Amino acid sequence: MNQPYLSATGMRGGYGKADILNDCTITVEKGQIAVIVGPNGAGKSTAMKAVFGMLPLREGRVTLAGEDITALSPQDRVGKGMGFVPQTNNIFPSMTVQENLEMGAFTRQDDFRETLQQVYDLFPAVAMKRRQRAGELSGGQRQQVAVGRALMTRPSLLMLDEPTAGVSPIVMDELFDRIIEIARTGISILMVEQNARQALEIADIGYVLVQGANRFTDSGAALLADPEVRRTFLGG
Amino acid sequence: MDILNALVTLLNFVVIPAAAYGAQLALGALGVTLIYGILRFSNFAHGDTMAFGTAICILLVWALQAAGIGIAPLPTALLALPAAIALTALLMVATDRAVYRFYRRQRSAPIIMVMASVGVMFMMNGLTRLLIGVNEIRFDDGARFVVSVAEFRAWTGLSEGLALRQSQVITLVVTALACWALFWFLNRTRSGKAMRAYSDNEDLALLSGIDPDRVVRITWIIAAALVTTAGVLYGLDKSFRAFNYFQILLPIFAAAIVGGLGNPLGAVAGGFIVAFSEVAVTYPWRKIAGYLLPDWQPAGLLQLLSTEYKFAVSFVILIVVLLFRPTGLFRGKSF
Repeated sequence: MNQPYLSATGMRGGYGKADILNDCTITVEKGQIAVIVGPNGAGKSTAMKAVFGMLPLREGRVTLAGEDITALSPQDRVGKGMGFVPQTNNIFPSMTVQENLEMGAFTRQDDFRETLQQVYDLFPAVAMKRRQRAGELSGGQRQQVAVGRALMTRPSLLMLDEPTAGVSPIVMDELFDRIIEIARTGISILMVEQNARQALEIADIGYVLVQGANRFTDSGAALLADPEVRRTFLGG
Repeated sequence: MDILNALVTLLNFVVIPAAAYGAQLALGALGVTLIYGILRFSNFAHGDTMAFGTAICILLVWALQAAGIGIAPLPTALLALPAAIALTALLMVATDRAVYRFYRRQRSAPIIMVMASVGVMFMMNGLTRLLIGVNEIRFDDGARFVVSVAEFRAWTGLSEGLALRQSQVITLVVTALACWALFWFLNRTRSGKAMRAYSDNEDLALLSGIDPDRVVRITWIIAAALVTTAGVLYGLDKSFRAFNYFQILLPIFAAAIVGGLGNPLGAVAGGFIVAFSEVAVTYPWRKIAGYLLPDWQPAGLLQLLSTEYKFAVSFVILIVVLLFRPTGLFRGKSF
């Protein structure tokens, strides 16, 4: 059987004694957009952190491109092709936009100017502000810098923890458009979102988590059409 | 003529000494602010590290003098400085290994690190006194003046003289070079940017693959270079006495906090602000007032504070800044 590109199966674990994740499974195919939605406290961000190795797992297995990475640290997972954009504190505020992106490429020994140009092509608004301090930018532009920073290692899987938290609806649509563009280049996307309806609209696959376990898993469109999902999670 | 005389007096007794002192404070404050930005604690051992670095430099100067090596008319201390920096850096990196690394791994609160640094301060304090003693030492060989009072009077014909000591010129030149090198390093090199990134957002820096141990090591080495240079320049300008170096910690902290802890540019500005305030408040203005307002005969010396109270100036500046602008003039970090 062909294994999905990212496969995190049977994850169980938490920060203290109580488990937050109870047999949670997340898989993403190459170039797919996967979205994790669910009510507050369902363990959405925790599930993503577990995939990235920021949460010790008691059970379960994470593989990327067929390679078992369950035991690796987050830093080593970056080396294996994962890119992670935290929800908050995801930029270097006193450094310029360009320096933020350079720091994203810190581990790269080769010439990263081409990647830099690709990021600027993707986000023309921040390209114009490359000499400005990232902390002085608007919320939406900061998120673009944060995503750009994670793209600098040329990841094969980009993970976004609530990228649209605290930005206006217009900026959110714009950001989702960029995420679709990134996925078209063959990068897999795993995203946790509060704005469930809009996120599922662009999702190839959606995971509805409840109390750290998978409740519904289907394509984004199917989840949006499912009357039970609509009633319980999308407000009708 | 009187205005010129007043101006020369002002330059001679206020501007030039305060500029040299400010440069020394700026170098000290830069070290404090870097350590605060990267290691996230106020290093109380800074003053005594300064004394240790200077003591090493003096020992090297004596060795060089005994061997008959010098760079006259410049002081031998400049020749000995790089080696003194290297030895001080070695000691600071070793101290970090032995003391601070433990607390860093425990993710201790900053106040615990501060207390640890107080312990290091006492150790360093004793070490310096064992090494070189408690007495005042002068080690400013080489030419004394670039411009002497007599020369200046002969050239200008003014009744007031102006002296420009070599140590003052060296202080300003070396400080300018050190600041330029530091800002170049922080803004242009990969390691410098990594340091700033680590100071800005530690978690994201780790995520980006920046090696924290390396950043910390580089920080100690740079701090050692800055603090040893500051100490040697201060010693050349005034004299070396271990206790004075312990005391200078207060104006250095005042400078770093005025500028905004964690902000290097602020540390430089803060150094000059504290130095100029200190000198201006403790200088008797009677003479200058006499030139500008010949009809006015003030009763006193027009000295706001006697020089014994000069540390009060730092305290007042500290309190005012902490009350009204706790993040400092240049918006440092406030954890």
